[in-house]
Amino acid sequence: MTRSFALIDGNSFYCSCERVFDPKLRRRPVIVLSNNDGCAVARTAEAKALGIQMGAPMFTIRDLCRREGVVVFSSNYTLYGDMSRRMNTVYERFASDIEVYSIDESFLDMSPVAPGQREEMARDLRSTVSTWTGVPTCVGIGPTKTLAKLANKIAKSTPQLRGVCDLTSDEARSEWLPLVGLEDVWGIGRASQAKLAAFGCHTAADVAALTPKLARKSLTVVGERIIHELRGTPCIDLESVAPTRKGCAVTRSFAGRVESLDMMQEAIAAHATRLGEKLRHHGLATDHVTVFFHTSPHDRGPSRSVSTTVDFPEASNDTLALVRAAKWGVRRIWKYGYRYAKAGLMTVDLVPLEASQRALIGALDREKSGRLMEALDACNRKLGRGVVFPAAAGIARQKKAWVTKFEMRSPRYTTRLEEVPVIGRA
Amino acid sequence: MQISPVVVGLPIYLPVYLKAVRAGFPSPADDYLDQPIDLTRTLIQNAPATFIMTVAGDSAIDVGIFDGSLITVDRSLVPKDGDAVVVDVNGERSIKVFRIVGGRSSLAFGNRRYPDYDPGPDAEIDVFGVVTNTVRRFRR
Repeated sequence: MTRSFALIDGNSFYCSCERVFDPKLRRRPVIVLSNNDGCAVARTAEAKALGIQMGAPMFTIRDLCRREGVVVFSSNYTLYGDMSRRMNTVYERFASDIEVYSIDESFLDMSPVAPGQREEMARDLRSTVSTWTGVPTCVGIGPTKTLAKLANKIAKSTPQLRGVCDLTSDEARSEWLPLVGLEDVWGIGRASQAKLAAFGCHTAADVAALTPKLARKSLTVVGERIIHELRGTPCIDLESVAPTRKGCAVTRSFAGRVESLDMMQEAIAAHATRLGEKLRHHGLATDHVTVFFHTSPHDRGPSRSVSTTVDFPEASNDTLALVRAAKWGVRRIWKYGYRYAKAGLMTVDLVPLEASQRALIGALDREKSGRLMEALDACNRKLGRGVVFPAAAGIARQKKAWVTKFEMRSPRYTTRLEEVPVIGRA
Repeated sequence: MQISPVVVGLPIYLPVYLKAVRAGFPSPADDYLDQPIDLTRTLIQNAPATFIMTVAGDSAIDVGIFDGSLITVDRSLVPKDGDAVVVDVNGERSIKVFRIVGGRSSLAFGNRRYPDYDPGPDAEIDVFGVVTNTVRRFRR
């Protein structure tokens, strides 16, 4: 049995979720903004046609949106997460092995399906998802995950394929791969694109034609893998766990401006709490955190942008350890007299906690901390995030200047009884 | 009053009372234990395709859907004659009764005191889903 993967994802997923609940949005340009209403992270085809770029900062497109009647939403991750869960429930009826890759993308194992029936099944999958949830999707099929992802890109950008592209056969691959640019190949970053262009490589077909050894020299093992994958030899399997994350960040713009040390420490402690949750969720740990904060380039007044890295004696994902380190970092670089607009925590080189080196001096009591963190996470899972948190992160009931703003968020239609859609008479 | 959210797909348990048993005596009921009644399973046949909404107004009282009722709406069902449907007509979402007469489908108000419903020949009509249940709560 040859391997076969399908990658299915929602078209302009966040915008499509909003459209399910508001029929007026059907043909209108819609965009959804990132946390804090910073920049556009999802755009309908109509919004793209107006020239709104992915990641465009809101202040650069505000006038355009007003002029062209673009409907603008703050992100409503509660709603998008629920719609994503519904879609994955539908996928389970079509495939027994599924990898949820991100909020709007999943890989399905298509190996048990006869090659001649894969496209038909993908069409059935698409129409079922659309009928049941209201979200339009595209499906890419290929003998490797890299090719499935590529096929998905082709399906997205080629309307006559009607949402499905199947790169199972050699003929299909020799037809399509020369038409795909490097930027659309999974795993080739900007730096590698430049290197490949220097080799005279400009399309996915050019990359597939490279000798793997040469690629290994210039693009490391990852590059070699990509070549094998593009040629139809799977090197990346369906993961039951998400790939190990190399880095992790929690950053937020403040709704207001932060001018006091207390408030900044509170905000950073809240970030550290979230970072700890993220790390524990993935079974990862870190031996340092980088704290940063800065003023806004759009504010008048003095500007300042600083960061510092605090090292731990050994890797940890204990919230209390992270909070202590982060607060210490804030004190180290704090200066009064500025109106800070954004703060964050970053960490790189994450390691699986189990595999990390123990410290000789200053070792943490992992046994005890592990049990405490388990209890903390269990409470927050059961009762909702933010129910139990270190006091350092500030009391949630207080009106905080640093809470994320969601000025244009739609109701949480599917998860709150008091926010479900109201159907009137029309 | 705090209303807790209904999470589609999670059971809501109604206790099925068992007699309290003194330790040491096996309960004669033990062999007859059932799972508690789970209303969610009754109300929601197909969770990923079911949406919960609130009704405003009296345009569907003849089919038993009243102002303030909660309804479950299933998008996976094909509407049959007489079904209550949530429908989008020219971008407006409302409840209507679905009719099929002689192979032609049409929409009607679910209230006899209303005039005949006529969306016009060029109306853009899109059935969102079929109403499968209503829930009315009498004490708030």
